[in-house]
Amino acid sequence: MTETWTYGPAKPPLPESTSVLRERIPGWGADLDPKDRPSVPKLQFDPHLSGAHWEFPERQPEKWPRERSIEHAFLTPVFGTSCPPRGLSGRIRRLAYARYSEGRTAHWLLLLGADRVDTLGSTLWSFASRHPDNLLTETGVLSELSHHGLSSRLGRKRTDTIHHPLDPLIVAGPWLLVAGVIYKALRRVARTRTG
Amino acid sequence: MRAMVYRGPYRVRVEEKDHPAIEHPNDAIVRVSRAAICGSDLHLYHGMMPDTRVGMTFGHEFIGVVDEVGPSVQHLQVGDRVMVPFNVFCGTCFYCARGLYSNCHNVNPNATAVGGIYGYSHTCGGYDGGQAEFVRVPFADVGPSKIPEWMEDEDAVLLTDALATGYFGAQLGDIAEGDVVIVFGAGPVGLFAAKSSWLMGAGRVIVIDHLEYRLEKARTFAHAETYNFTEYDDIVVHMKKITEFLGADVAVDAVGAEADGNLLQHVSSSKLKLQGGSPVALNWAIDSVRKGGTVSVIGAYGPLFSAVKLGDAMNKGLTLRMNQCPVKRQWPRLFEHVRNGYLKPSDIVTHRIPLEHIAEGYHIFSAKLDGCIKPLIVPSA
Repeated sequence: MTETWTYGPAKPPLPESTSVLRERIPGWGADLDPKDRPSVPKLQFDPHLSGAHWEFPERQPEKWPRERSIEHAFLTPVFGTSCPPRGLSGRIRRLAYARYSEGRTAHWLLLLGADRVDTLGSTLWSFASRHPDNLLTETGVLSELSHHGLSSRLGRKRTDTIHHPLDPLIVAGPWLLVAGVIYKALRRVARTRTG
Repeated sequence: MRAMVYRGPYRVRVEEKDHPAIEHPNDAIVRVSRAAICGSDLHLYHGMMPDTRVGMTFGHEFIGVVDEVGPSVQHLQVGDRVMVPFNVFCGTCFYCARGLYSNCHNVNPNATAVGGIYGYSHTCGGYDGGQAEFVRVPFADVGPSKIPEWMEDEDAVLLTDALATGYFGAQLGDIAEGDVVIVFGAGPVGLFAAKSSWLMGAGRVIVIDHLEYRLEKARTFAHAETYNFTEYDDIVVHMKKITEFLGADVAVDAVGAEADGNLLQHVSSSKLKLQGGSPVALNWAIDSVRKGGTVSVIGAYGPLFSAVKLGDAMNKGLTLRMNQCPVKRQWPRLFEHVRNGYLKPSDIVTHRIPLEHIAEGYHIFSAKLDGCIKPLIVPSA
């Protein structure tokens, strides 16, 4: 008989009436009237609502050539100043911003590529610094021991445990790759000298 | 100051960083008293968001005390206890003038397709975030609000994103009295979306996830009917069965880019970065809702394309509604709901982690260890 509802004009009945729901659930229906919903309607024109005392904001000083989307007419008056572009990754980022709009896949793939270059370069550079990267502490993986790593996974109906083994590969893969390249290079040098 | 910094995919640490400076006359510097790790921070942590730079400080959910103000700040004073929406916004651009604070056009030079977000990559403006002792807050006269005397810190910090976004997601669903609402995802935002659906008069609220402890929370906290999708051969068919083969009136995607449930979708997006996000939950939402129904998307996705079932959405005549939440617009009404006891945001907090141990916090949250639902960060612990 279930088909009756769907294939006829009426809406199926609810498991509980709204009067029961009002009793059971604190605040049920408090925002039933769309007028009580702050984002209804979506556009509400009121240029004075925000507390701003400007029409166009003062401009923040640009301390270095700030990269920007070519879909903007100009540099926005306010912007973040975290991590200016630097090194090879910085060059790739500047190219992505200067050449490709946000609509182009190349823009985003270049930026993702720059992120990987940045990670690799920063990690290598850290070994020449007083604060070298540490896989064990930075991944927080030791919390597996203190926060029930096994019992949080075993015997649970979780689907994500299938791909968890990929995570160490993603983290350690670039390190192993670099180690392999250095090992091969050193071996080649050693062979050249002995040969 | 001490601050969390990103070192590469799956790696963060705490470092000594320069104290943030006033860079614009309407800036404030806020000493952070509580921050949170958001589910969307995990997209950055996993290296999914383009232009996430090594050295950046994450954190778009935070509250604190005003430590310094720029010369044009009129509405805040040093010592004020403030909550800061995750959106950076100017208040007067075309979008802000219409209440779309999350789409501000004056704060993100890096992209026009997204507004400014604290600690959320250069794609969202390149602002350092609040998982630190101090943070720069632009447009201090517009974004932050003084925390009401009666409001507790842990409730306030959840109003800066998670609760506001969940509540906004329910509004996007355009819920009418007696509607059947399915919420995909029992994380913090999904729990709040489910709870908010009742406020808007839903007749039945169903929550889907694969983590039993989160579904338990959806039952107790959000009074929802729950289903673990791993127990069903096809969760969409099951949703049809339990809704008399009609489908729900409204479906909410509160999962976003790293949805599980289809290994190919998950691996191709979360691990290989070949998609802007895994649209498993979104596709389930499209297929589970009835024809003519509404799908609300509040899960975050990256800017690359994703394999979304637009054909089904079109053929079913669905309304797809989505946005980053304009947080401050939600606050007056949410303050009332918190004060009336209809919403108690801090009920979902499971972990309080000192800033110095933030790497463990990220791993626990990412790997879903120890029943983790919402971890807070305590800078001064």
